[in-house]
Amino acid sequence: MKRDAKTRSREAAKPLRQADAKPLGREGAELARIALTVNGEECVVHFEPYKTLLEVLREDLALTGTKHGCELGECGACAVLMDGAPVLSCLVLGVECDGAAVTTIEGMAEGPELHPLQAAFADKGAAQCGYCTPGILLTAKHLLEHNPHPTRAEIAEALSGNLCRCTGYLQIYEAIEQTVRREDAKTGRP
Amino acid sequence: MSEFRVIGRARRRVDGRAKVTGATLFADDIVLPRMLYAKLLRSPHPHARIARIDISRAAKARGVKLVLTGEHFPNAYGIMPVSQDEHALCLDVVRHVGDPVAAVVAASEAAAQDALELIEVDYKPLPTIADAVEALARSDVRIHGYGEGGNIHRLAHLAFGDVDEVFAETDVRVFEDIAFYEGNTHLPLEQHAAVAALDKNGRLTLWSSTQTPHYVHREVARALDIPTHQLRVVACMNGGGFGGKSDPFNHEVVVAKAALLLGRPVKITLTREEVFYCHRGRHPVLMRLKTAVRPDGRIAAMDLETLLDGGAYGSYGAASTLYTGQLQTVTYQVPRYRFRACRVFTNKPPCGPKRGHGTPQPRFIQEIQLDRIAETLKMDPADLRLMQIAEPGSITANWLKLGTVGLAECIRRVVEGSGWKQRRGKLGFGRGLGLACSSYLSGAGLPIYWNDMPHSGVQLQLDRSGRVTAFCGATEIGQGSDDVLAAIVAEVLGLEAGDVVLVTGDTDLTPVDLGSYSSRVTLMMGNAAIQAAERARAMLAEAVAAKLDVPASRLGFADRRVFDVENPDAGVGFAEAVALAETKFGTIGSTGSYRPPAAPGRYRGSGVGPSATYSYSAAVVEVEVDPATGIVRVPKVWIGHDIGRVINPVLARGQVEGGVYMGLGEALMEESSFRRLPHHLSGALVHKFPSMLEYKSLTTLEMPEVVTYFIEDADPNGPFGAKEVGQGPLLPIMPAVANAVYDAVGVRVNQVPITPEAVLKGIEKKRGAQARRDRVTEGGQGEGVRIGPTEFPRVPWPEALVVPPPWEGGDGKAVKPEPKLGVRV
Repeated sequence: MKRDAKTRSREAAKPLRQADAKPLGREGAELARIALTVNGEECVVHFEPYKTLLEVLREDLALTGTKHGCELGECGACAVLMDGAPVLSCLVLGVECDGAAVTTIEGMAEGPELHPLQAAFADKGAAQCGYCTPGILLTAKHLLEHNPHPTRAEIAEALSGNLCRCTGYLQIYEAIEQTVRREDAKTGRP
Repeated sequence: MSEFRVIGRARRRVDGRAKVTGATLFADDIVLPRMLYAKLLRSPHPHARIARIDISRAAKARGVKLVLTGEHFPNAYGIMPVSQDEHALCLDVVRHVGDPVAAVVAASEAAAQDALELIEVDYKPLPTIADAVEALARSDVRIHGYGEGGNIHRLAHLAFGDVDEVFAETDVRVFEDIAFYEGNTHLPLEQHAAVAALDKNGRLTLWSSTQTPHYVHREVARALDIPTHQLRVVACMNGGGFGGKSDPFNHEVVVAKAALLLGRPVKITLTREEVFYCHRGRHPVLMRLKTAVRPDGRIAAMDLETLLDGGAYGSYGAASTLYTGQLQTVTYQVPRYRFRACRVFTNKPPCGPKRGHGTPQPRFIQEIQLDRIAETLKMDPADLRLMQIAEPGSITANWLKLGTVGLAECIRRVVEGSGWKQRRGKLGFGRGLGLACSSYLSGAGLPIYWNDMPHSGVQLQLDRSGRVTAFCGATEIGQGSDDVLAAIVAEVLGLEAGDVVLVTGDTDLTPVDLGSYSSRVTLMMGNAAIQAAERARAMLAEAVAAKLDVPASRLGFADRRVFDVENPDAGVGFAEAVALAETKFGTIGSTGSYRPPAAPGRYRGSGVGPSATYSYSAAVVEVEVDPATGIVRVPKVWIGHDIGRVINPVLARGQVEGGVYMGLGEALMEESSFRRLPHHLSGALVHKFPSMLEYKSLTTLEMPEVVTYFIEDADPNGPFGAKEVGQGPLLPIMPAVANAVYDAVGVRVNQVPITPEAVLKGIEKKRGAQARRDRVTEGGQGEGVRIGPTEFPRVPWPEALVVPPPWEGGDGKAVKPEPKLGVRV
């Protein structure tokens, strides 16, 4: 998927037609063009200008790890990090993202190595069907980056915009708390 | 626990990595070359005749490849053979808002959406039926041309012994309650999606977010009139199911047809609003329960009436109808039982199976009534239940054969954990504890369509690399069925769960499993997997025994080795064991299959209720009620679940906590409610909440602490003794909340959800009653008031089918001629 984004980036860098011609979509509409950083890689993407960041990620960058549950900003399934902060990608227009740095679930692991939150979510049953998981993982990542030792109430508050119909949330809390413990053990904190 | 190496140990689930990396492929994640997109035009009317559809403008619109209407889909289908009443697109009548009438297939989703607006439909609105009571009253308005008269879809009247005789006895007290359980919906996070495409040889493949690929396979082939073997259905990972993806759906049939006609892949993804229209959720049920109780608190007879609002189509309704009564005898000893059920059609999205299918409603009324009985008899509600728990291995009044029953231990654990004896009734006004119990199937005893074949099949394929692949039609919907399959095969063959390669839920590649419904997968697939694995193991053992020169019976399988248990150093690695077997027998494969035991009941209706065994749950819920607002907050829940045997404690606990979560949603806020638009706006019946924001469900901020106790009363019919855990733990939650509210504020709320309005109304009514009484008796102890329905309508019940219970000399058959059945299509 990352290679795909790169390929697109290279292709987009070359002029597609005449310098003054704008690329056209399937129905002949003029396409928008933005340059952004997705999961640490720069890319240029053309898309129908009505598309949300969610659609650009899923349909134009083939990053289908980001999910949609309502496309109205109600469920949190589509949460990604934009310039480090969680946003609901269904409520952000693609054209607003020029120059932004976006992190999706595909950008969480370091190569084959799972992010500590990912490992803990897998171990503790925090993902059942896994559909809300990408949005929750990214929200949790942001939480721990800003509050490395959250209380359970703080975790609940941070995740209160992410609906999960499977778990009842408790194993999600435990996975986040386990991540905190494991990270503390790694860094020698009590 | 030491007897097992995989079973019972907490592990990362085998598909855990895929779930946390975004790599799990859901149906909407599939993108194929030249793929087109479909959208459905859905009716804005709850009930109307389609006078004319003009698709000519839409067909000529930019990017549009195909427009379909009802005439393309002459074949009816439906999940139950007795109610094949659905068409992929409506033929001439729409029956609920959201009923699809046309489909557009175009180069993009946006083009398809735009073209929908170019389709002209002339609707002639018809009178609408809003609820079950209205459906009974208005036989002039017919939603379907079949059923048991008027708008009645199904009727049942089963009498297991003479209950009236008991009610007339002098030493019983009779308790009667009426309650209403509002409908609610599954609300899976994933909106349904499906992709259909022809493969390189022209065969059709359908990928779908479905819990039941086998049934979808049959019904889509039926709807399209194509041979079943020319269709492949692949169940993609479900982004939550909860029963909501168990029916064959319009959109699946539409994309399959479009792919056949266009020779190109076609995808559809429903919007959240459309998911509300697919529904198949919890039936709204109005109930009346009359129970005769002996002076010591024992139930002497029970008489239950249920009235189900089925919505616009049959769906699983024929089964749902019977499920509102048939499992009522499994929790406690019920010597005599009468059960009457009626399901009607209304102009709302069709109801179907949601987690607990048909049983949460009658469980609610019985458990709140038991609380009232205990209070009247001045007994502890826990003791009242403990004295009459159903007997393990017994046959119930309605001829269900029980397995192990761990309910007493469930009750003891939650009573102890919650401090029930010390705290109940002593927490002060506004705080309270409530207790309730339940039981549930571990898989329906009969398939949806009549056949004598296995309910689940597992194939194993092994090769000299040591690879074991397990093939099974079972469908992973998040509950962990893949993990259970891997764990069981690994346990028998001495491997780790992660060693087993899995191919599941694909009708081309896997043997039939009936699907992820009725809590059947762990038990049925698990037993099939054990049989397949034991057969493979026997081949390996024979080959290794020859090599080691010891009897095969002396061989152990563990730690990826096959070895002499009397001399563990003598052995071979697992891959070598397979190589030896491959040398001796040729290619190594094995199969296993499972069919539940035949049930003892042999009356019409006895097909619903039987199971190989039943799970049991007990819960104590603590509530805090704000008397100023009526808002109920739940700080903590204790739940005991008799699971037989835990396969993976991480996943099992997740099922319990998820069940508690969903139960609290039903208890407190989730409701599928409808309203009529004002007359000047057509008077149409519309969904109040077709959005996730308006359909309230628990967020992290409402979810309480949950303490889970597993009772492992291993059942001989379960794989390693395991029973279900996916549905049962939801069932005691709603009545436990209601009972806790009573403990807190002295108000009995005989309705679900228990809204702040209802609680507040109760508190005010109680204050009024108390003030009136206090004037008379001075400082009288406030007695409970009831909030909820007060009437049960007259239903044209058929004559009873009388089936004597086992202890009254019955043989499982009806003793009177069966009642005349209604007209069916």
